[in-house]
Amino acid sequence: MNKVKVAVLGSGNIGTDLMLKLRRSEILELTTVIGIDPNSDGLRMAREFGFETIDTGIKGFLEKPELADIVFDATSAKAHIRHAKLLRDSRKQVLDLTPAAVGPFVVPSVNISEHLDADNINLITCGGQATIPIVHAINRVQQVEYAEIVATISSKSAGPGTRANIDEFTQTTARGIEKIGGAKKGKAIIILNPAEPPIIMRDTIHVLLEDQLVDEERIITSVNEMAAQVQTYVPGYRLRQQPFFDGNRVTVFIEVEGAGDYLPKYSGNLDIMTAASVKVAEEWAKHKISKVSLI
Amino acid sequence: MEAFRDVLITEVALRDGSHAIRHQFTVDQVVAVAKGLDEANVPYIEVSHGDGLGGSSLQYGLSLTNEMELIEAAASVVKNAKIAVLLLPGIGTMPELKEAASLGAKMARIATHVTEADVSPQHISLAKELGLETVGFLMMSHMAPTAKLVEQAKLMESYGADTVYVVDSAGALLPHQVKERVRALKDALTVNVGFHAHNNLSLAMANTLAAIEEGATRIDGSIRCLGAGAGNTQTEVLVSVLDKLGIQTGIDIYKMMDIAENIVAPILEKPQEITKDSLVLGYAGVYSSFLLHAQRASERFGIDSRDILIELGKRNVVGGQEDMILDVAAELANTK
Repeated sequence: MNKVKVAVLGSGNIGTDLMLKLRRSEILELTTVIGIDPNSDGLRMAREFGFETIDTGIKGFLEKPELADIVFDATSAKAHIRHAKLLRDSRKQVLDLTPAAVGPFVVPSVNISEHLDADNINLITCGGQATIPIVHAINRVQQVEYAEIVATISSKSAGPGTRANIDEFTQTTARGIEKIGGAKKGKAIIILNPAEPPIIMRDTIHVLLEDQLVDEERIITSVNEMAAQVQTYVPGYRLRQQPFFDGNRVTVFIEVEGAGDYLPKYSGNLDIMTAASVKVAEEWAKHKISKVSLI
Repeated sequence: MEAFRDVLITEVALRDGSHAIRHQFTVDQVVAVAKGLDEANVPYIEVSHGDGLGGSSLQYGLSLTNEMELIEAAASVVKNAKIAVLLLPGIGTMPELKEAASLGAKMARIATHVTEADVSPQHISLAKELGLETVGFLMMSHMAPTAKLVEQAKLMESYGADTVYVVDSAGALLPHQVKERVRALKDALTVNVGFHAHNNLSLAMANTLAAIEEGATRIDGSIRCLGAGAGNTQTEVLVSVLDKLGIQTGIDIYKMMDIAENIVAPILEKPQEITKDSLVLGYAGVYSSFLLHAQRASERFGIDSRDILIELGKRNVVGGQEDMILDVAAELANTK
């Protein structure tokens, strides 16, 4: 089967983790890693693996646009706004791992089928990728009136960007819970825990259902099915226990252990972002290939 | 009338006390307390959900009354006192701080875990832009060595905080540890240093006096101990003790006693005392607002609430992680 060519824009931690994940893909062919610092760890590794490396940023890539059809942007929100326009003009499909949110929100286990032809999608936040599937899983059984998520991550896995713009996390995640999770109202809380050794990412999803009569059995089944589906692309995603019920209130506890590719295993929050973006790109690639074979 | 004050007291009952009454404050209660405190010449009165702006949640407890209504009501009845609000970045957001300021809040206290000050620069800058007096609030100060505390306090100072507090959220610090911390901040900072105590080990007063001795000039108290866990340094007692020491707070002692007795005592569901659970909070170094949540989990799973709290302490759980209480209780129940 022909693989679809992809490039990673950004050679920091996220870009490097993506590179390691993409090497395993059976349907995506990583050709190029784009950075701005030839001495960065990411570009050095990319050269060792034999990928094309570009150290002049987006400009260098646009000189050789045939290198990839799909681009992962793991730079910053500010840079992405510029990249999005340039990449759209050169007809690339773009996965935005920054908080820029130029394109629609996508959680692969929930709404990827609606965005197979999108030219730019946004991965929301790590907390969103971890919790929105559960909100959706409950909401597809019974209408969720209110969903609130609490993401607890190790201090070491929260980078300076997240720290300086912490409101961006809570506000964007809350929007995702409503728009993609289906809750009428969403709220998000993030807590940083400095314990050593670092804790793995934990998320708690608290939900109030519209109806007082709760179909516990169907909700448990739906949540477990969803967890299994997320596990297909984030192997370290698991329910810590079965959902708790209290009247019309449901609580679900999950944890996300990273695959430990480039980022340490405790940073499941970063892993779920890179893993989800690879999943979306694979779905895009399958869709592209199926369109070609139909013609 | 501007009284002379050696130490500036912030009364936290209408914020920290929210935990003790499961966030059920009414407008009438807040108006009565704020009006009384203002008449007693208390300089700062904090009003917010117990977990700060935006804290009303399933995680921490839903507020009976929207905190913005409470802030507005308090601000409308005080003549001299300034209304303060608490904000924990990660829970509360900048739009909520703007709203509180527009409703009359004059002081913002931006709180982070003791090692995580760098989540606060946006909120501290915004507070300053809004013209609010701004406090950096380093919670769970017992969990970090003094050198770390100093480093984090300097960050808050660099973001523009006018005051930085050593916050003993778990009521776990001992007097010599408070002295060491306050002294180190006094030496390292040019801004004011404050101290916030909890009485879980019956040390709130002793710790507060130790802090003042080392140069803290901003002090928190909760009238009738209306605060999380066993409450804070009891404000009416503190101002009496300080008066005997010749330290001026500018606060009317008799009026404080009357408010405590006639207005605040009836708000409490039961008198504040050091129960076995609040004692364990201090002993294990666990966030004081975990108290009622741990008691509910204890009933639900048939596990001793002390075992839950001790286990949470072992796991270095930080403020805000109330979801860990159910999780740990369920885990303990499964292994029993």
